[in-house]
Amino acid sequence: MSRPEDTLPPDLFYNDTESRKYTTSSRIQKIQSDMTHRALDLLSLTHSSLILDVGCGSGLSGEILSASDAQGTPAGPHVWVGFDISASMLGVALEKEVDGDLFLADAGQGVPFRPGTFDAAISISAIQWLCNAESSEESASGRLSRFFNGLYASLRRGGRAVLQFYPKNDTQKTMISSAAIRAGFGAGLLEDDPGTKNAKTYLVLTVGGGELDGDITGVVRGMEGVDVMDERRRAKERRRGKEEKGSKAWIVRKKEQMERKGKVVKANSKYTGRKRRIAF
Amino acid sequence: MKILTLNFLTCARKLCKSSNTAFPLHPQDAELEIVEQDMNVEFLRNILPRLMWEELSGVVGELGLPALPPTVPTLESLTEKKLKAAENDPTGMNVVEVEVPSQVALDLHRLLLETCVKEGKLVCGSCGHEYQVREGIANFLLPGHLV
Repeated sequence: MSRPEDTLPPDLFYNDTESRKYTTSSRIQKIQSDMTHRALDLLSLTHSSLILDVGCGSGLSGEILSASDAQGTPAGPHVWVGFDISASMLGVALEKEVDGDLFLADAGQGVPFRPGTFDAAISISAIQWLCNAESSEESASGRLSRFFNGLYASLRRGGRAVLQFYPKNDTQKTMISSAAIRAGFGAGLLEDDPGTKNAKTYLVLTVGGGELDGDITGVVRGMEGVDVMDERRRAKERRRGKEEKGSKAWIVRKKEQMERKGKVVKANSKYTGRKRRIAF
Repeated sequence: MKILTLNFLTCARKLCKSSNTAFPLHPQDAELEIVEQDMNVEFLRNILPRLMWEELSGVVGELGLPALPPTVPTLESLTEKKLKAAENDPTGMNVVEVEVPSQVALDLHRLLLETCVKEGKLVCGSCGHEYQVREGIANFLLPGHLV
């Protein structure tokens, strides 16, 4: 399937016909609402909050944010502010009379709100567009860093942001998450249906301080069906000097590594990694 | 755009980030409208400590709305207790105490969430850039040389 990001810039791609198609397609509506609910679960808001919707489009996710607790939105109704770069999309949102405030703005130019404004931020299928620079004056990394710096400042301490996006490849995934980390966020990636065509990637960002329970590992604690792969712990253990090069642990780890690569590896035994005695 | 949002919005230009006159943006030639919303005391209680009251009073003055009290209302003043007849009680003899939004909360709700800027422009106090507002949507797209 072709990626719309590769064809045109977002403000031109989402013209009147494309915006209407996007908003009226019941398949897209279903996917968007599922992802918004998932993002709300990850935000775990406890009281009615002020939320930023980045790339709100025609307000598909906003409608869910404005819904009440009884309609399935935790701690709702929330008040939201959304911005999008496509005027046609915002036009559709106007026709639908959504409750949130709308702005025509480019997320890659920053987030024009004063520090500590929002309790949370949400973004559904938008930030992959930031990886495209349309003119020679700007670069993808510059746009990403301006966006994440602005977002970090505009969230209150202890706030969270959940950004769902469709990464083109692993490089893009790393580029986005490292830009978020550089801005000061505690970042983690949550992947739903990994390895399938319907894989959905959520970047879960946390701002330190406040009543927050750690980073993404705290966010997903107690959630069912989530495996945590903490790269930091592995790196830390190695750094502590537990594992000397040439030691048994090192040999075993290397053998496992080779086995994962599909190489033929000798079985481990009690003699693995032992020193050979001098014969006489 | 709600008056509430106006209390958080700053100029989008990078040069204005460090200037303290970039907030608040000053509305000009503003056309206001009232959009009815459901009352939500919990949200008001959440947002009240984050409001910049002085700037809010300034903007309210510029828009020609009735002046605000000089101090921020306390969180306790948002609700008041009222006696109400208990449900399923035909005699009306039993009364229960219920919390209802006070007049202060109703006024705040009217101002912050129901009063919207429909047309007009927002002017930055530092660089003088004008952001157009049309049909309630503000245009914050900056031309390349201003970013």
